[in-house]
Amino acid sequence: MALLEVDDLQVAFDTEDGRLRAVRGLSFSVEAGQTLGIVGESGSGKSVATQSMVGLTRGARISGRALFDGDDLLTMAPENLRALRGNQIGMVFQDPLTSLHPQYTVGWQIQEAILAHEQIRKGEARKRAVDLLGQVGISQPERRVDDFPHQFSGGMRQRAMIAMALSLSPRLLIADEPTTALDVTVQAQVLELMKKLQAEYGTALILITHDLGVVADMADDVLVMYAGRAVEKADRRTLYYRQHHPYSKGLLASVPASAAHAPGERLIPIAGQPPSLLHLPSGCAFHPRCPYVMDVCVSETPELLSVPSIASENRPSENRPASENRPAGGHVSACHLPPEAVGPSPDAESRRERAVAAGRSTPVAVLQDEGAA
Amino acid sequence: MLRFLLRRFGYLVFVLFVIALVSFGLNSIANNNPAALLAPRGASAEAIAQIKANLHLNDPLYLQFWHFLTRGPDIRGTKSGLMQWPPSLGYSFVKQRPVTEVILDKLPATISLALGAMVLWLAIALPIGVLAATKARSLLDRVSTFFALVGLSFPTFLLGLLLLYVFYYQLTTAGFNVFPAGGYVALTTDPLEWAHHLILPWFTLALTEAAIYVRVTRSSMLEVLGEDYIRTARAKGLPERRVVYRHGLRSALTPVVTLAGLDVATLLGGAIVTEQVFGLDGVGRLAVLSVSDGDLPVVVGVTLVAAFFFVFINVLVDLVYALLDARVRVD
Repeated sequence: MALLEVDDLQVAFDTEDGRLRAVRGLSFSVEAGQTLGIVGESGSGKSVATQSMVGLTRGARISGRALFDGDDLLTMAPENLRALRGNQIGMVFQDPLTSLHPQYTVGWQIQEAILAHEQIRKGEARKRAVDLLGQVGISQPERRVDDFPHQFSGGMRQRAMIAMALSLSPRLLIADEPTTALDVTVQAQVLELMKKLQAEYGTALILITHDLGVVADMADDVLVMYAGRAVEKADRRTLYYRQHHPYSKGLLASVPASAAHAPGERLIPIAGQPPSLLHLPSGCAFHPRCPYVMDVCVSETPELLSVPSIASENRPSENRPASENRPAGGHVSACHLPPEAVGPSPDAESRRERAVAAGRSTPVAVLQDEGAA
Repeated sequence: MLRFLLRRFGYLVFVLFVIALVSFGLNSIANNNPAALLAPRGASAEAIAQIKANLHLNDPLYLQFWHFLTRGPDIRGTKSGLMQWPPSLGYSFVKQRPVTEVILDKLPATISLALGAMVLWLAIALPIGVLAATKARSLLDRVSTFFALVGLSFPTFLLGLLLLYVFYYQLTTAGFNVFPAGGYVALTTDPLEWAHHLILPWFTLALTEAAIYVRVTRSSMLEVLGEDYIRTARAKGLPERRVVYRHGLRSALTPVVTLAGLDVATLLGGAIVTEQVFGLDGVGRLAVLSVSDGDLPVVVGVTLVAAFFFVFINVLVDLVYALLDARVRVD
């Protein structure tokens, strides 16, 4: 059994403008020691999903199941969930400056995390805080342990956050955009550190990011989210080379030096803006921005269906066995395009174009990004 | 740190000098003749002129101001000593005593009232404010908001009289002699009686002030509880109580400290209404009586003392900031 199994997670907030459905039925699982990358634009629900799972969003309506080691995080007593947080499930957040308390020393904050779960003496906790700071690569940890966060650089702060998150050797680490607020040079160091510590501690990692480069570096599996849903899920290689969903394709095309385009080619942004979660488009939430939009996309929400592997690539879509018509492991994608149209190859592109030509009753004006014109 | 204190001390001296100058100037414009007040009934014009000359009141103003600052009361027959030498604050012709002595007499009552009331209103307001913030939009939040509004719009004199009516008059007529009607007993004389006499005045001030502090604490807490580091504290698995008090309230205290500093500084200059209602012989009452008596040296003195407290407390508040927050450096 996987360490974490999330099934049909739904998160909604009641706002003055109506119910905001931030996560609309998300399922995934993370095996012990593995890394799952969750990718999507801001507002796609990736942070909300993980934070509501561990009880960090207030006033949210949550349903579904999230089995951590067999226990449902969503229904367990708050006190039990609290005992898991920080202890079994560590967390690292985006902005290390605002995520550390400005009025307490870094060492004190790490000590506090340890003392919240273990009954040891303060001196001992302090020693462990010093050790941890050393482990995450902070020089002279005995001296820096009494520094305040504002005396640390951005990279050092994130290292301290990682030290704090790993202070109790959690089995799962949730890293929410851990490198977004850092300098590019520091980003690689922090990722390297996380990789190293993950291997050392055998921690499972959920890495939330909008940066596909980070995912390419770290993740075993990748989950692409759009408007509160998973639109595609695959292992890393498959997602990079044989992605099916136009949104994944668009994300890859907007990353410099990715498999989707040759070096020297222009980056292609995804046109338009992410939809408002209060007023979702009908059918596939991505259809207003999709270059391959068909009539069915406007009216019907596509299910997550499995995408055939290379061996069965030429099997026509009509003959997909029923057993595959449900969310499952392996490569799944929620798109009405033919399942064999995967990857950036010209062959796949022509399959997509043929499908679109057949699926459109009237010509649809495809959204163009203003900047690309 | 030392540089900070020196700079603030210099600032304090400057402010006091300016206020002394202004209030001394007003004193002279007021143009009442202390010699006439001092002279016996029916004294001849010559006698009054003689007294005036003896008091150096014919000297040019700048010289009088200089003497006010440096020489102390220059009157035969008054005690000499600490009270008479700078900062002497001059001589009360009405009371026939040095102003310093007069004010020092009244300060204990005012300080007891102000500090005690502050402790009380913080003790009332902080927990309610925190609760209102953590249970925002709950019944408790709405009830506390309602009482805050009532407290805010309640004038001190009315609340004071109300408390007197209920807890002194009604209780005493019913045969329970629980609270005194007023007056002040020095802390050094009898600590129990001191507190006993101050309870009603403390509550009078605290209940009106607490209203504001509940609102300030609530909004400050609400802001802080939305911060990322509160999420971190929860992510660490800390108990909610610890998250709210150790992490939340610690940051939320800054505006409360600012406000408390200003309020206490104001009160130390005399809680005029409360002192009057409860017959507390404090600085505020002294100021009111001196104004109506035309005892201008005392008025100037009280003004200076109030100004001193204001600047002094503000330095203290800055020091407390530095204690609360390592990012604040006092130099």
